[in-house]
Amino acid sequence: MDFPILTLMIFIPFLGMILILLLKREQESAARFLAALFSFIPLVLSFILLARYDGSTSGLQFVEKYEWIPSLGITYFLGADGLSVPMLFLTALLCFVSVIYSFGDIKERVRQYFAFLLLLEVGMMGVFAALDFFLFYIFWEIVLVPMYFLIGIWGHGRKEYSAIKFFLYTLFGSLFMLVGILALYFTVEPHTLNMMVLIEKAPELARGFQLLAFVAFYIAFAVKVPIFPFHTWLPDAHVDAPTAVSVILAGILLKMGTYGFLRISYPMFPEGAIYFALPIGILALINIVYGALVCMAQKDLKKMIAYSSVSHMGYCMLGMAAITVTGISGCVFQMVSHGLITGALFLLVGVLYERAHTREISAFGGLWIKVPVYSGIMMLFCLGSLGLPGLSGFVSEFMVFVGAFPVFNVIVPLAVIGVVLTAAYFLRMIQAMFLGTFNTKWEGLTEISGREIFTVIPLAILMVGIGVYPSPLTNMIKATIENIVHLVTG
Amino acid sequence: MLANAWIIPLLPLIAFVAIVFFTNRNQKLSSLISIGAVCLSFVISLFVIASVLKNPVASEFELTWVDLPGFKIKVGMLIDPLTAVMLFVVCTVSMLVHIYSVGYMAGDPRFSRFFSFLSLFTFSMLGLVIANNFLEIFIFWELVGLTSYLLIGFWFEKKIASDAGKKAFITTRTGDLGFIIGILILTTAAGTFNFKEMFHAVEAGHIPFGLLTVGAIFLFAGAVGKSAQFPLHVWLPDAMEGPTPVSALIHAATMVAAGVYLVARTITIYLAAENAALVVAIIGCFTAFLAASIALVQNDIKRVLAYSTISQLGYMIMVLGLGGFTAGSFHLYTHAFFKALLFLGAGSVIHAMHTNDIWDMGGLYRKMKITAITFIIASLSISGIFPLSGFWSKDEILAVASHYHNPIFLIVGVLVAGMTAFYMFRLCFVTFFGQPRDQEKFDHAHESPKVMTIPLMILAFLSIVAGWVGIPWLKHGYCSFVFHHEPHHVEPNFLLMIISTLVALSGIYLAYAMYYKGSISPEKLKAKFAFPYKVLYNKYYFDELYHAVIVNPLLKLCDFLFTKLDVGVVDWLVNGVGNFTVFLSDVKEWFDSRIVDGAVNGLAYVTKGIGSGLRRVQTGQLQNYAFVIFFGLVLIILFKLS
Repeated sequence: MDFPILTLMIFIPFLGMILILLLKREQESAARFLAALFSFIPLVLSFILLARYDGSTSGLQFVEKYEWIPSLGITYFLGADGLSVPMLFLTALLCFVSVIYSFGDIKERVRQYFAFLLLLEVGMMGVFAALDFFLFYIFWEIVLVPMYFLIGIWGHGRKEYSAIKFFLYTLFGSLFMLVGILALYFTVEPHTLNMMVLIEKAPELARGFQLLAFVAFYIAFAVKVPIFPFHTWLPDAHVDAPTAVSVILAGILLKMGTYGFLRISYPMFPEGAIYFALPIGILALINIVYGALVCMAQKDLKKMIAYSSVSHMGYCMLGMAAITVTGISGCVFQMVSHGLITGALFLLVGVLYERAHTREISAFGGLWIKVPVYSGIMMLFCLGSLGLPGLSGFVSEFMVFVGAFPVFNVIVPLAVIGVVLTAAYFLRMIQAMFLGTFNTKWEGLTEISGREIFTVIPLAILMVGIGVYPSPLTNMIKATIENIVHLVTG
Repeated sequence: MLANAWIIPLLPLIAFVAIVFFTNRNQKLSSLISIGAVCLSFVISLFVIASVLKNPVASEFELTWVDLPGFKIKVGMLIDPLTAVMLFVVCTVSMLVHIYSVGYMAGDPRFSRFFSFLSLFTFSMLGLVIANNFLEIFIFWELVGLTSYLLIGFWFEKKIASDAGKKAFITTRTGDLGFIIGILILTTAAGTFNFKEMFHAVEAGHIPFGLLTVGAIFLFAGAVGKSAQFPLHVWLPDAMEGPTPVSALIHAATMVAAGVYLVARTITIYLAAENAALVVAIIGCFTAFLAASIALVQNDIKRVLAYSTISQLGYMIMVLGLGGFTAGSFHLYTHAFFKALLFLGAGSVIHAMHTNDIWDMGGLYRKMKITAITFIIASLSISGIFPLSGFWSKDEILAVASHYHNPIFLIVGVLVAGMTAFYMFRLCFVTFFGQPRDQEKFDHAHESPKVMTIPLMILAFLSIVAGWVGIPWLKHGYCSFVFHHEPHHVEPNFLLMIISTLVALSGIYLAYAMYYKGSISPEKLKAKFAFPYKVLYNKYYFDELYHAVIVNPLLKLCDFLFTKLDVGVVDWLVNGVGNFTVFLSDVKEWFDSRIVDGAVNGLAYVTKGIGSGLRRVQTGQLQNYAFVIFFGLVLIILFKLS
């Protein structure tokens, strides 16, 4: 590999962070410019990644591997396959969009804010590219730090509570992962932290060990996804975080959980994946239906969308639990689709909140008359979220259903109920906010600005694009997923 | 021509995109683009029907959409005679409704948006009928649901309209639950999404009978939702809150027929799964009667027509369940024209009178001759009067029903025919004849502009002649064009024709006697049958029942789950763990500061005390030390001596 594209994608935002910290406190526009630039470069690189990725094989591509701490078997090992390429792209895209969006709503401690945002990007990129456990764990934990400060300093409401809840919850999960990693390290001979080697050695691991290790990693990842009952950090963190951070939380951080399952738990502990398939399927069903029911009870728009993530990530878990190629493809498709749709929804909530300073659904009414462009875009993404055909959410949900139905004959028909409930809570929200008589209290409401439209347009194009013609994405991930299914089921 | 049939749905889609992104501001241009697109589609559909007539075989054209194990979808078209007929129906009605809307919607501030939605609907509906696999039909199925939602709630400032849109979407989606499950069952069993491959698998007996039956019944749930069959019929009458051209196009002639189309398209499955087919027939039969009985007493002109639509759709569903593929699709075809005409005629009346209540109308024949005459033609057609098109298709249905071993379907069929004739002519007499009941509104009434009346006249023409292609003794008629496997020839049954005509005529006569001549007093009947009247007038209280049994408990459940379970238990536990940790550290703090630190500090204190006590000894004065030494020496000596 001549061109270290993954290293660049990870560390260019880091360079940006350092440069921003070197600025003077009052150089706010310079900080904004640098943040935009240093999140744009990884986006460009991610396009190169997409273009050069060969989806016909399941092998690793763009590999970079150097000895790091040989005595402990630690290497600097990066690489990408059909699972990580879409996630790296999504990360680059949402980070750039978040930076651009933040131009408007962040007015205090601008320099620090953008520095933290770029550090967050470093961590997330690293998680999706690292193939050595040591490296992976470092990046995994790096993500927590900027996130804690971003929520705690620039958030709203009970921001300190939410920030610390998020931090402790995730840290609690990571500790189980750390135990799991150490256990693996000392079990496998020769000791190694190379994930690829560990996957190869998976068949040698005893069944009991696999089950235990699966549970340890499960806790770490389930907190992130989040899977019921580990989900209550999510509404608090999402609601109290500043807009751009909610976008990244929902769009990327949750996917670190599902990514972890597919990268680590399933291939390394196939016995665990098979043994726990039914419980995970049932929990996925709870996520889908319970999440949707709870959404219906929400009065705060942002909280409703936050809970909708619980429901939508349930589809990921359902597809994954089935361990079929179509089911897991649906899972990965949903990871991308949910990132696009929910990311955009949080941006749009932010647009409204910035103007109205409230997110109470019942405080609005008839907005379609006053702000038709904003309302139209919002409704488009709501339709995407409720799984309207022609948009990406439908494709992933349907793939999950088709992939999981042969395995879960009862769970899947029950999960389909989620489709109706989702339609119900979104349409209730649309009716209350955008239809009906115009609430004259909002006479002064201004239309969505050009910059704000600019942030959601790429998400809309992709949502429609892969919704109308999903093959480019499914072909990219297919070989990798076939390999995972093969590793698990043999 | 067939290979390019995909252009038919594409043109309205282009019109939609063009209006939304470019010509939104220019109302006239928007409507012209929309109309132009649908007219072109209409012309192409004529070519398609001509080439299918020449060579009536199914043609498919495919493109891989997604390719995963168990989920390989090739997007394509299936153009067989059934599709060709549907393309013709949809394009014709849609085109006429588009033109009519220019007059009806004139002056509406969202005129362009209305036309863009009409185009989007036309695209989706045309896509639905040319789909060649289950996923594709489902995609367009949902899209027509969306446009229906958007158009019912078009005047969204009215809460009642946005409520109705929401109700329609959620109710039909409830049916779609079944649709999705049905698709999952059938496609998993057959290993394909493609219609033709699926039908081959069914006919070859590759799918176990039990699975096939369950799958077919779930699939039918989708049709129940879309075609407003019992128990999901409640959304359609409310959908009348939409602009009347929309009611004509979507909620009468085309979209609501999608459920019927679905059953017709998958008739192979129902023919193989007899039990499922029986369920279909029973639901259809029951709905036909239920809706017709409600229509007898409603006072809103559009709602009467809405219940009439539900009833007629029930007819079609019933006959499909009895295996009458040709009869069902034939009635779907004739019904589209006369029902569209009825709605557009009602729209013309509403446009003139600004009310939907028939008891505000009366005597309108004098003012609106074209509307009145065309409306009566449509009423005669739907009542099944010889030789209008409704006569032929209704007769086909009754003929199929008469072949079933249990006479119940035939009896209900004939009964519903009589009820239909009655409630339709009740409308005609009350609206167009007698004395004006609201003089002020009557004085303002006027015939609608030509752009509205010309579509009425064209539809009136079609309501008369469209059925002639299916005259039973015609050699190359409808029956030898749209059929399943073998041309389905029902011998003309003259006895049945005479009976059904007599029943229809007596229905009309009863309406005449009650609402024109006044020889039978409706008021007295109402008083005599107060309870049944009240039940019918309130539509058997379905809405109230659903609210009490489903909607409200569900909302309460949601609230309970959120406040009690999520916040009350799960998050309480999380916070509890947090608080317990804080409590533990408080305890530990106390232990540290009091016990551990206490011990350490105590030791230090004691040491210090001892130290400071001892310090007194260290005076630094030699004489003291000398005294202590001397005194100690004396003590030692005394001790030694003793």
